[in-house]
Amino acid sequence: MGQITLNKVTKSFGEVQVIPPLDLDINDGEFVVFVGPSGCGKSTLLRLIAGLEDVTSGDIVIDGTPATDLPPAKRRLAMVFQSYALYPHMSVRKNIAFPMKMAGVSQEEQQRRIDGAAKALNLTDYLDRRPGQLSGGQRQRVAIGRAIVREPAAFLFDEPLSNLDAALRVGMRLEISELHKRLETTMIYVTHDQVEAMTMADKIVVLRAGHIEQVGSPLELYRTPRNLFVAGFIGSPKMNLIEGAEAGKHGANTIGVRPEHVRVTETGPWSGVVGVSEHLGSDTFLHVHDTGLCDVMTVRAGGELNVHHGDRISLTPDTDKMHRFDAEGLRIA
Amino acid sequence: MARAVTPRRKAINSAVAWTLAILIFFPIFWTVLTSFKTEAQAIADPPLFFNFDWTLENYVTVQERSNYFRHFWNSVVISVGSTLLGVIIAVPAAWAMAFVPGKQTKNVLMWMLSTKMLPPVGVLVPIYLIFRNVGLLDTRTGLVIVLTLINLPIIVWMLYTYFREIPGEILEAARMDGATLRSEILYVLTPMAVPGIASTVLLNIILAWNEAFWTLNLTAANAAPLTAFIASYSSPEGLFYAKLSAASTMAIAPILIMGWFSQKQLVRGLTFGAVK
Repeated sequence: MGQITLNKVTKSFGEVQVIPPLDLDINDGEFVVFVGPSGCGKSTLLRLIAGLEDVTSGDIVIDGTPATDLPPAKRRLAMVFQSYALYPHMSVRKNIAFPMKMAGVSQEEQQRRIDGAAKALNLTDYLDRRPGQLSGGQRQRVAIGRAIVREPAAFLFDEPLSNLDAALRVGMRLEISELHKRLETTMIYVTHDQVEAMTMADKIVVLRAGHIEQVGSPLELYRTPRNLFVAGFIGSPKMNLIEGAEAGKHGANTIGVRPEHVRVTETGPWSGVVGVSEHLGSDTFLHVHDTGLCDVMTVRAGGELNVHHGDRISLTPDTDKMHRFDAEGLRIA
Repeated sequence: MARAVTPRRKAINSAVAWTLAILIFFPIFWTVLTSFKTEAQAIADPPLFFNFDWTLENYVTVQERSNYFRHFWNSVVISVGSTLLGVIIAVPAAWAMAFVPGKQTKNVLMWMLSTKMLPPVGVLVPIYLIFRNVGLLDTRTGLVIVLTLINLPIIVWMLYTYFREIPGEILEAARMDGATLRSEILYVLTPMAVPGIASTVLLNIILAWNEAFWTLNLTAANAAPLTAFIASYSSPEGLFYAKLSAASTMAIAPILIMGWFSQKQLVRGLTFGAVK
């Protein structure tokens, strides 16, 4: 089980309220990602759930049991930290065994779970090494191993991949997703990287200044962002946001068009001058200036497109995939 | 960028360094040398360097007269005892100040340090009277207590500095892993802070070993450590330089040898955190 409910949870540091009253339901077995820009309160929210910070008001309920006043160890949650937070003076084996030692698990059971975790995470050959003798990816695996052996109700990940290089990050992302599929345990994952959020989550919680801006599946957020903030935050490259007369034509204050929903055509309603073009082989990203609509419009063209710096091109948006927002920045249905 | 050092410059630097080192070391060297002379040779004019009859007579006399080993044992008990008691009290205190600081933590730390600026003689009379009333005068327990209190600010400060270098996330991980406060300090914090704790212990043993004000004023015969042992040689009958030197050599030798063997640990501990 791993059902977590937050009722009107708030957190203040002195006079500053970093989490205004917040409600959230996390279902058993779900992979939930908290995403948002730096300082949006996502890590604080995770630490409140973990019990590493006390809530100022409101309740946290884990599997039907009030957990607001429980110490971290009693909440049956395991956490993987950004800095791995391994015990440097202990071997990998002792690191993984530590939570079981604290819980008074028998030696045989400890051994069985360590072997299981080490096998699952490819750590069998490193069990007698110290964390200092491991690479970043291996350290992260040890941290995950230490979490797995507790057999927790839910896993909490606090930006676990941000210290890894790009290639390793993609690999670890897949490993964590596979782990979730195998264990079917609730996972809460904090990241500022919306690609991680989109690829891993069952449910994304977009946060800004402690507020939940939107909760939904990755595709819901992509297809129907509730407001301008979510529209701008989810999707890579970012959605093009256009204000003024062009938006007025569509009965909106602001319209949003994703780069993949603008096509380069012979003739079209929009035009501009190509600035930088990024050729990825599978796609070409064009940064188009002087459109008279927005500062720089990003256009994603499939495959290789033969345009160069300074070329004037015509653009046609897919109007049926256009997003419309009112003066408050809220989505117009 | 490395600075170019000319051979001449290097020679001057070496000469200055050696002169300073010899100047600092000379009194100790002279004390040790004098301890092997007779009383007459000790005050000879001009002074004798190596051309005298070497004798161990002073050491024999000193041990016969004042029982060196009893004083030595008192010094060991008092310095080690007060340091260990201090560390046991200071570890939780430094933990609290380093990891759960309050608004007044900095002030508390400064206040603790300020007690080291107080002249000890200012509290001699009250402490003497308290010790007399509770029967702690001239006891090793009494000296362990007073030296613990005297050195506690330094122990707390040093441990606080070392603990601050330990990432808080590791302690949070231990808390998530089910460690109680006691387990957290015992299994995670203390092993990680071993280098820092070791140098704190070493420095405080040295400080307690050399402490003379309280050890002289609160002891008579039973609990007198080596400081009292040396002091007893400045007698009204006049100074016996050779015997005083032998007593001094015997008093400083153990701590000097300990300091020599642990110098690497001491330097590492004292510069801990200076360079990331």
